[in-house]
Amino acid sequence: MDKQRRNFLKIAGVAALAGIGAPALVRLSSSAALAAEHGAAVGEATAEAAHGAVAEAASQGVRLGMVIDMRRFSEQPELLDNAIVACNDAHNVPQFDNRKSEIKWIWKAPFENVFPYESSYHLAKKVKDADFAVLCNHCDDPPCVRACPTKATFKLEKNGIVAMDYHRCIGCRFCMAACPYGARSFNWEDPRPYIAKYNKDFPSRMRGVVEKCNFCSERLALGQEPACVEACQGTGAMVFGDLNDAQSEIRQLLDKEFAIQRNAALGTKPSVFYIV
Amino acid sequence: MIEKTLKGKPAYWIWLAFLGMFMAVGIACYARQYLFGLGLTGMSRDVSWGLYISQFTFLVGVAAGGVMLVLPYYIHDYKAFGKITILGEFLAIAAIVMCLLFIMADLGQPLRALNVMLHPTPNSMLFWDMIVLNGYLFLNILCGWVILTAERKQVHPPKWIYPLVYLSIPFAVSIHTVTAMLYCGLPGRHFWLSAIIAPRFLASAFAAGPALIVIACLILKRVANFDAGKEAMNKLVTIIMYAALLNTFFVLLEVFVGYYSNIPGHKYSIQYLFFGLEHNGHVYNNLVPFMWTAVVLNFGALGLFAWPYARKKNEFLLGLSCVMIFGALWIDKGLGFVFAGFVPNPLHEITEYIPTANELGVTLGIWATGFFVLTLLYKIAVGVEHEVE
Repeated sequence: MDKQRRNFLKIAGVAALAGIGAPALVRLSSSAALAAEHGAAVGEATAEAAHGAVAEAASQGVRLGMVIDMRRFSEQPELLDNAIVACNDAHNVPQFDNRKSEIKWIWKAPFENVFPYESSYHLAKKVKDADFAVLCNHCDDPPCVRACPTKATFKLEKNGIVAMDYHRCIGCRFCMAACPYGARSFNWEDPRPYIAKYNKDFPSRMRGVVEKCNFCSERLALGQEPACVEACQGTGAMVFGDLNDAQSEIRQLLDKEFAIQRNAALGTKPSVFYIV
Repeated sequence: MIEKTLKGKPAYWIWLAFLGMFMAVGIACYARQYLFGLGLTGMSRDVSWGLYISQFTFLVGVAAGGVMLVLPYYIHDYKAFGKITILGEFLAIAAIVMCLLFIMADLGQPLRALNVMLHPTPNSMLFWDMIVLNGYLFLNILCGWVILTAERKQVHPPKWIYPLVYLSIPFAVSIHTVTAMLYCGLPGRHFWLSAIIAPRFLASAFAAGPALIVIACLILKRVANFDAGKEAMNKLVTIIMYAALLNTFFVLLEVFVGYYSNIPGHKYSIQYLFFGLEHNGHVYNNLVPFMWTAVVLNFGALGLFAWPYARKKNEFLLGLSCVMIFGALWIDKGLGFVFAGFVPNPLHEITEYIPTANELGVTLGIWATGFFVLTLLYKIAVGVEHEVE
């Protein structure tokens, strides 16, 4: 592609994004980056950007992250169930009745499983009995992306989301071996018969590909919050935003409260934090 | 030279038909898997690689083992291997064919396999594995064929082939090193996260590959009147013995590091392999009988190798010890190493893996295909040998 055409596409893309994405994004403070995500969803011109080939976007330095505030979840235990259902419905996550085939984007697990490298010795009762939300950490240095032989999983430089291209994935499952958080699922068989309520706004997957939480890229593009965050709206149980923006709600919270990440010793730099 | 595969004694055809039967079963089982998905295997969200990838890993070693003949013969001019070096090269071809078939059988979307080349990703070890495996396959086909053709015509091989022969030596080392790197560079899997994986793989490869060649030589001596020669066989056994000793040493080092450091993550998988892992009142120990069988076979074979009578005078015992060491290494690397790496999973839950009948059918089919290819290649090699004589 010659340079002029490339520049034109860039300008056209940015102009389109400014028009479509920006207005609804006031709350998330990282509107430019989130809007750019929308571009990837609509225009082919930015398909290259979606695969991380365009470095310019990185200069904006947006890194989306999430704080899971277990104090709020303990107060309202049904909140997490709502969040999980909202995610499953939004993303056509199939429900298998056997553990072997299951597909999970966000799910519940006890502290000792979510944090196997933290001590569970004489654990406070409220922590021991709590159900923790588990989802993809959208690592800043993701081992799954390093392992993937086809760039079917990649980090969006404009907002730090670790995304998937279900049409490129060859199903080698190297990413599943590489992920130290067990965040990835494989479609061992056709998932479609196991989708209870089909959401036409999000593609279902075919068998033979890997999938995982996408931080609701498709909803961010429309100026909406992730489905799980929305399900917890008004409670502060899940806070989502730009970890690199000192003024964002998530940063204000992290600056104030002590939060932990899952197995941070591995150097993956998870973007999901837990206030226990 | 291919015409040599078309003429043979009844036993030859019966053997090929026997293998063909398993190949047919394998094709049928694969067709079922292709139509339904990998859900027909015993693999799960927690144990996401099974028999296919473990066989692949083991067979990369068998392929690399061929270099234990190529290196002494071409670098050190060890003449005794002159007759059998071609067997090492042809074994490498058959083993890599199996490796590639196992990879294809394991892919969720096999039709997209070329994406690895269409979207080359140098940060992925699988990309490099693809390059070195195909490179090694190509080098062995070319070198094997050119040198055998020259031998048939009773002339020296052309000079241009030698650089490629020498190149195949680092390639042999690289195929197993890169295969080890598929595992040992993954941050969350303690059992694999060890710098000794690559040397350990190479050591076991240099025992398993030559062991299979000794077994093949013993069979060829009986069925095809092909004598590898006493000196060559003795030297091979020495190589197998030292390589197997090194492998044993490396495995024991892993055990030491795990148990002496007492770091749970370093112990779990070893515990699971040899003693079973207790979790929420249930003991998970599927692989324990296999691993202890491997221990017995390994030390039994080492004992037989150390006994000069068995090694030099009794071909039955020699064959037995090679079968034993091959079996031990197959269990160690072709089962335990891959499966145990997934236990426990990153959330410290335990899921055990049991292959399904369909999966076993595909696996047997691919092994049969490999031995089918190996039989044809050895038929050619032995045929040329007899022609020259």
